[in-house]
Amino acid sequence: MSGRQGVDLGFIALPWRARLLLVTLACVAVVVTAFTFGIAAGSSRIGVGDVWTTLLGAGSRAFEFIVFELRLPRASAGLAVGLCLGMAGALTQTFSRNPLATPDILGVTAGASAGAVSAIVIGGGGYSVGASLLGVGIPVVATIGGLLAAALVYGLSWRQGVDSFRLILIGIGVTAILGGLTSFLLVRAQLTQVSAATQWLVGSLSGVSWASVWPMLVVLAVVTPIALSQSAPLEINQLGDEFSTGLGVAVQRHRLAVIVAAVVLTSAAVSAAGPVEFVAFVAPQVARRLARSSRPPLLASALVGAALVMVADVAARVAFGTEIPVGVVTALIGAPYLIWLITRKNREEHL
Amino acid sequence: MTTSTLAAERVTLGYDSHLVFTDLNVSIAEGSVTTLIGANGCGKSTLLKAFGRLLPPSAGAVRLCGEPIRELSARAVARQLAILPQRPLTPAATTVRDLVMRGRHPHQSLLRPWSREDAALVDQAIEATGMTELADRDVNELSGGQLQRAWIALVLAQNTPVILLDEPTTFLDLSHQLEVLRLVRAINARQGSTIVMVLHDLSLAARYSDRLIVLHQGRVFADGEPWEVITPEVLATAFGLEALVIPDPASGRPLVVPLEPAESSERPSAVRSQTQVQQAS
Repeated sequence: MSGRQGVDLGFIALPWRARLLLVTLACVAVVVTAFTFGIAAGSSRIGVGDVWTTLLGAGSRAFEFIVFELRLPRASAGLAVGLCLGMAGALTQTFSRNPLATPDILGVTAGASAGAVSAIVIGGGGYSVGASLLGVGIPVVATIGGLLAAALVYGLSWRQGVDSFRLILIGIGVTAILGGLTSFLLVRAQLTQVSAATQWLVGSLSGVSWASVWPMLVVLAVVTPIALSQSAPLEINQLGDEFSTGLGVAVQRHRLAVIVAAVVLTSAAVSAAGPVEFVAFVAPQVARRLARSSRPPLLASALVGAALVMVADVAARVAFGTEIPVGVVTALIGAPYLIWLITRKNREEHL
Repeated sequence: MTTSTLAAERVTLGYDSHLVFTDLNVSIAEGSVTTLIGANGCGKSTLLKAFGRLLPPSAGAVRLCGEPIRELSARAVARQLAILPQRPLTPAATTVRDLVMRGRHPHQSLLRPWSREDAALVDQAIEATGMTELADRDVNELSGGQLQRAWIALVLAQNTPVILLDEPTTFLDLSHQLEVLRLVRAINARQGSTIVMVLHDLSLAARYSDRLIVLHQGRVFADGEPWEVITPEVLATAFGLEALVIPDPASGRPLVVPLEPAESSERPSAVRSQTQVQQAS
């Protein structure tokens, strides 16, 4: 991890970070493998070789149907949800200088949940307002709810600029209010609506189609370059806001770019699959430990997120006999990791 | 008279409703080492932050080489002026070289976050601060003195004509304080850098600065070369300190010797007579 050597190709020059490069390539390999098994696994089994011959356009009719119509949308959704949440988590944890800060603290997840649950509950109730809510579709309502909540958190945090600590506290407050609202709606709802809402709240890839995959791919294509352009300022900002200004970072503009990127990525993922738990928290921490870097590397975090969601989804479909929502599995993997991380951190601090 | 590199013109500075300075004028000459001194809460760091555009004045302007610093981009200022804040955050899992490399940020572009020149300047900064042996050490394993040198190396790597240091010797023992201040003089001598810093130790400030500015009750109370500024009268008013000022036997600069309150001591009178003899001779 030394900045002594670099690679200079003229228009682009990067410091040589062998470990980070290796970790990123390994993550790509894991993601490709998980993607392949995500397509191969299911009630009618397809060989790994057949998956790729079909994907490359040389498969049989039956395989083509299974791969392109049934399995590929879901595998792509898992990939995109993981990439979005992993990168959003890395952005949030770095700018807030807090490994426990997930994009949830930006209010976006709670806002999306409140939006989706209102659409399901009020929409199911037959009122005209509710019907029109459901009419525009749950993903749209969830997106609007998430973006509104995030704008509220950012706006309330503004006092001659946004301080990340104040943002976290206000985010927790807004999340609590929206959580209360969601619970209130659930308590007042019909049983069938509660079941549908709960299914959404856990996070699931079971209903996804290409229609929910495309928005995520577009968001990734637009936001990834913005996120990467903030990579160097993110690293500088670890030294504090004053040092960042001293080193030529326009701190508030940088922070706004990072927050918008994290919010849009999270919003895209949550609208497609619901709040898939712990991915945004765990993936950056795993990537940071693998790369042994001072902050979660953006691309590697996104790739670890994708690997986690896709592996969890294969497990959710295959390992338990009946299919269970992917959010349950990511939480089952994520929660023990959280506990391990905290106990380990305590031990390090006591040393 | 040399040109002023950095100037505060009729600035009003403060936090929320609490004003620290109103209508303050201070200018800093090019190539000098200037130290801001004063009692706790007198606004030394406030003024330094205003010079470093970390705290925008509510009235008046700070000028860098004649240009209003507010109208320059953050990056353009960072190529001219480096500031070491009082309590920078130490990042996790970062080597000294990686830390110092961050000083090159204002000179780098999006697609070129690294260059041979950057690497060379980082090596130079590490060498100038005597950190070569520790270059690959994690900054979290450094002692207080070593860490402070690493921060100064970062600021050096920024390679700016103006350097602002906010209490660079705080938390360091005397030998490390001296080490840092000698380094400051060496940088000034070698590169002709303009250096403005905040220090608490008056004798060290007098020993290592060309010019001292005493801040007291929202204004410049005294300003000039060490012998003009460090006088018993200034110390009594600006610091509430009864003290003798004698020539430092090692440097010839003023040395502050605080006195015990009159009723509780016998010694100071003896010292006073001795000093008077010395000054007379």
